[in-house]
Amino acid sequence: MQYTPLDKVQPQYDVVVIGSGLGGMTCANRLAEAGHTVLLLEHHVQLGGLATWFKRGGHIFDVSLHGFPYGMVKTCKKYWGRAIRDSIIQLQHIVFDNPQFSLTTTFSKDDFIRILQERFGVSQTVVSEFFATVDAMNFYDDQRLTTRELFAQFFPGRSDIHRLLMEPITYANGSTLDEPAITYGIVFSNFMNRGVFTFEGGTDKLIGLMAAELLNKGVDICTGARVERILVEDGVTRGVVVKGREIKATAVISNAGITNTIDNLVGPEQFAADFLGRFSKVQVNNSSCQVYFGIRKGESIGNIGDLLFTSTAAEFSSEEMRRMDTKSRTFSVYYPKTRPQAPPDYTIVASMNADYDDWAKLSPEAYRLAKEAMIERCFDDLERYVPGVRAKVDTIESATPRTFHRYTLHTKGTSFGTKFEGLDISRSLHKQIDGLFHVGSVGIIMSGWLGAINYGVIVANDVDSYLRS
Amino acid sequence: MTRDEIKDVILEIIEDIDEEADFANLDAEAPLRDQLDLDSMDFLDIVMELRKRYKLQIPEEEYPQLASLASCVNYLEPKLKDV
Repeated sequence: MQYTPLDKVQPQYDVVVIGSGLGGMTCANRLAEAGHTVLLLEHHVQLGGLATWFKRGGHIFDVSLHGFPYGMVKTCKKYWGRAIRDSIIQLQHIVFDNPQFSLTTTFSKDDFIRILQERFGVSQTVVSEFFATVDAMNFYDDQRLTTRELFAQFFPGRSDIHRLLMEPITYANGSTLDEPAITYGIVFSNFMNRGVFTFEGGTDKLIGLMAAELLNKGVDICTGARVERILVEDGVTRGVVVKGREIKATAVISNAGITNTIDNLVGPEQFAADFLGRFSKVQVNNSSCQVYFGIRKGESIGNIGDLLFTSTAAEFSSEEMRRMDTKSRTFSVYYPKTRPQAPPDYTIVASMNADYDDWAKLSPEAYRLAKEAMIERCFDDLERYVPGVRAKVDTIESATPRTFHRYTLHTKGTSFGTKFEGLDISRSLHKQIDGLFHVGSVGIIMSGWLGAINYGVIVANDVDSYLRS
Repeated sequence: MTRDEIKDVILEIIEDIDEEADFANLDAEAPLRDQLDLDSMDFLDIVMELRKRYKLQIPEEEYPQLASLASCVNYLEPKLKDV
């Protein structure tokens, strides 16, 4: 790809986008299409933000491809084109395995309606009313009802059903039962639409196609370019400073974390006191740990499912799921069908939720031991699904909240942005400082691949409106 | 622009968003959302396209005016009269 070296970028753009997560890339794409000049700056050497991958031991490991809702089909077609849309395929086998139940599902509404009745003995009336309730939820509805209360209302005392409904969403966006029920309803309904989908060709193909599209539209892309400051004068955005160089811009879109943006890139002194008061209440979501297993070439594994929600904990608990020694993890299994054009490759990615503070405080030796122990726990669990897996694996890598922090620069390595209150801060940034916008995971609902892209479109509309005003 | 021209523009924009949209039995008075496979993101696309074509700024609180084909035309007619 022909990216632009920093010393070759223009002195001025209509828009500078800081960060190339899916939200930042989508903003850049939409605004370039609308006729504005756009510079996309990325601190890392690779585009994509958390939509990323890496190569190790002859394997390609996808970090966050796990599965997204059907809405990606329409969103990708409209905002990224047919080639990207046409590579979206369904994952058929979503597996739950825990002490309360074991089942395989397409994770679609039809299948869940069936499972809730047949396996969990819930009446058709209750199931229909539950789905009607979550389907009708909007982000501007009353936020006081929590997901815990929602579940208690429809499925009182049924911790098994709470687990079925909540566990996947806790992995998807770090939410807990104490979040506003609307955040649950919106995300859960998105998935229930038709099930879980993936991108054939892998994350590297997706980001490659997106980068090509951006270059095609004339976006200047500059990697290895960490922005130091967003320049603000008299309440108006003027540009950015990157590696000591000033680049002027009418609008700046930060696809850095919202907390980084306000605390570090702009500086709190540029904001009004009441805004900072609201901002101080924003909580970042938890981070993640992952263990990546590459299967030796020539070896294979049978179909154990595409995405496995596994736990040996007695009941669902989002607190348990964030513990360093959690017994709960997902396994995303990538078969050769993931990259049909490439030589057959099997990889398995174990993912766990995690708290940054647990990992940040460890000494180098304790950190190394904690990672080894985590890898062993993943191996032990994986052995139940792939007997003899230790002998089949030739490559192992692991990531902790520290790793996520290093690559995304997010406050406390958050994998899912902020809790609900962060959405209002992100949306109202441009009311504080003219020409300053934020896009990225906030408010739980603007999270995940679909949430990030759609939020990119929403913010691009705001920016376009500002630039044409 | 005349009312008919505005109507054609709206339908053309919707067709760009969804080429499978079927206008044959479209009731101009009924919400577009209920008749075509449109969601809130699609309405945002219509807003952005109108801004691109006619430099028309539609504030967020007025998005509901775009609900049906008839309400679109009523809302846009004074704004596009000199186009």
